[in-house]
Amino acid sequence: MTVRSAHLTDSVLNARSDARAQTGLTSDWMPYLPASSSPFAPPGVDPGTLVWAETVAPGGYTHKVLARGSRLRLDDPTGDACAHLVVHNALEPTERLNVADTQKIPWQAYLGAGHPLLSGEGRVLATIVGDTSGHHDAFCGTTTEAWNEAKYGDARPEGPSPAGRPLLVKAAAKHGLTRRDLPPSVSFFQGVRVAADGGLEWLGSAGPGTSVELVAELPLLVLLANVAHPRDPRPEYTVGPLRVHAWRGSPTGPDDERFTATPERNRAYLNTIDYAEARGL
Amino acid sequence: MTVPVGATYAPGSPLDWSEPLLPGTVVLDDRVAPNGPWSGVIAQGQVLTIVDVGGNQSADCLIYNAHDTAERYSVPDTLAWQGNAYVRTGTVLRSNEGRPLMTVVANEIDRQDTIGGACGKESNTLRYGHHVAHQHGCRENFLAEGARRGLDARDLVSNLNWFMNVPVEADGALGIVDGMSAPGKRVAVRAETDVLVLVSNCPQMNNPCNDFNPTPLRMIVVQP
Repeated sequence: MTVRSAHLTDSVLNARSDARAQTGLTSDWMPYLPASSSPFAPPGVDPGTLVWAETVAPGGYTHKVLARGSRLRLDDPTGDACAHLVVHNALEPTERLNVADTQKIPWQAYLGAGHPLLSGEGRVLATIVGDTSGHHDAFCGTTTEAWNEAKYGDARPEGPSPAGRPLLVKAAAKHGLTRRDLPPSVSFFQGVRVAADGGLEWLGSAGPGTSVELVAELPLLVLLANVAHPRDPRPEYTVGPLRVHAWRGSPTGPDDERFTATPERNRAYLNTIDYAEARGL
Repeated sequence: MTVPVGATYAPGSPLDWSEPLLPGTVVLDDRVAPNGPWSGVIAQGQVLTIVDVGGNQSADCLIYNAHDTAERYSVPDTLAWQGNAYVRTGTVLRSNEGRPLMTVVANEIDRQDTIGGACGKESNTLRYGHHVAHQHGCRENFLAEGARRGLDARDLVSNLNWFMNVPVEADGALGIVDGMSAPGKRVAVRAETDVLVLVSNCPQMNNPCNDFNPTPLRMIVVQP
């Protein structure tokens, strides 16, 4: 933070010089451009293939359109990130994440490696292909203003305890989408488990240094909010930075083991490829 | 060749049309044929009784703020606020803004489902194969009935399934299994604000959500 006395801005020229003096500064949370310059490039990834590199602030959000086949990696360096994710087919955004189908069709409620993120159109939007955390949640979605106001006394995006939904609304708006376009989200790095009576039990974090890797199976609009999970039992709003990297790659195809992992997933990939080929992707 | 229409209940299936679960002046009383959709606007304070006339008939259900349909039923908000994955008496059915839309005020089966989502022509191809792509689904009902109310695909989100049974097992395994309902069993939900309710009388014939015998529903709205 700067103060009044540090700036000479009494003319356009001085104001311009003052603004330009910021060039080259860095912060703990920022996008890295070009992406290949990321100080946190994932191990084993050629930095020259990176198309997105960013550290999302605690309580922040980000968004990007990724080409079909892109790899998307989320890193939780502190163990306190919580990445609330919504994905849309970037070409036809009425096609979007369907959490119910994502849980029901694979016959599995808990997200992990190999799990497809399905749309309501019988296709795979993205596949989770790597996961060193295993602590995720597809039941609770993200937080609302009502929830954070009740829990922390403040939910404003610019305040100390931002809620997730208003951040996703803003991210969606930057792609011409509105509240109607936001379905329930999933979240990574803070887990919830269902007890025999249906009770939602807090699993929390797997600790610092875990990551999740996804493949974009269609041109993908990615919306991410990094906010405290709704069931986080800590009374203080707690969230750490989220690192995001994406790089060029290939979508799931017949040569991948996961293509035929189950009959349901196989048909989901067949439907996805059918769509992509018909569209000339 | 004949048109491959959906299945309906076998002759002799027991049907119990029952009556409102809570007392009041009846303001609406509709019968929903097997496979078909229904919608209705329910004013704040009114109570909707849904009757499972033939037993174990899934009533897929979406709820909207009648004055701002961008505010709609939200599975995750409903579950996160109550800290439980199942819907029972007392469950507040919340919107994507976290506000109460309706409350379950009476319920005659152990638990109601809101995890299992809706069936559809497209998702059926994943679940069963492309040979069922021609079959009718709840998503078709939601789109057709929603269109009459100014709604479209952007307004379809994860839903409730009255009278359907979707357990979550210890390892996260989840799926639709045999129902716990019976002919004439009911659930009653009170509107906490003016709501638009969209229902699909589920036509699915590839899993037990209709007991493989699609039967009617009765929708009764009372003013207490």
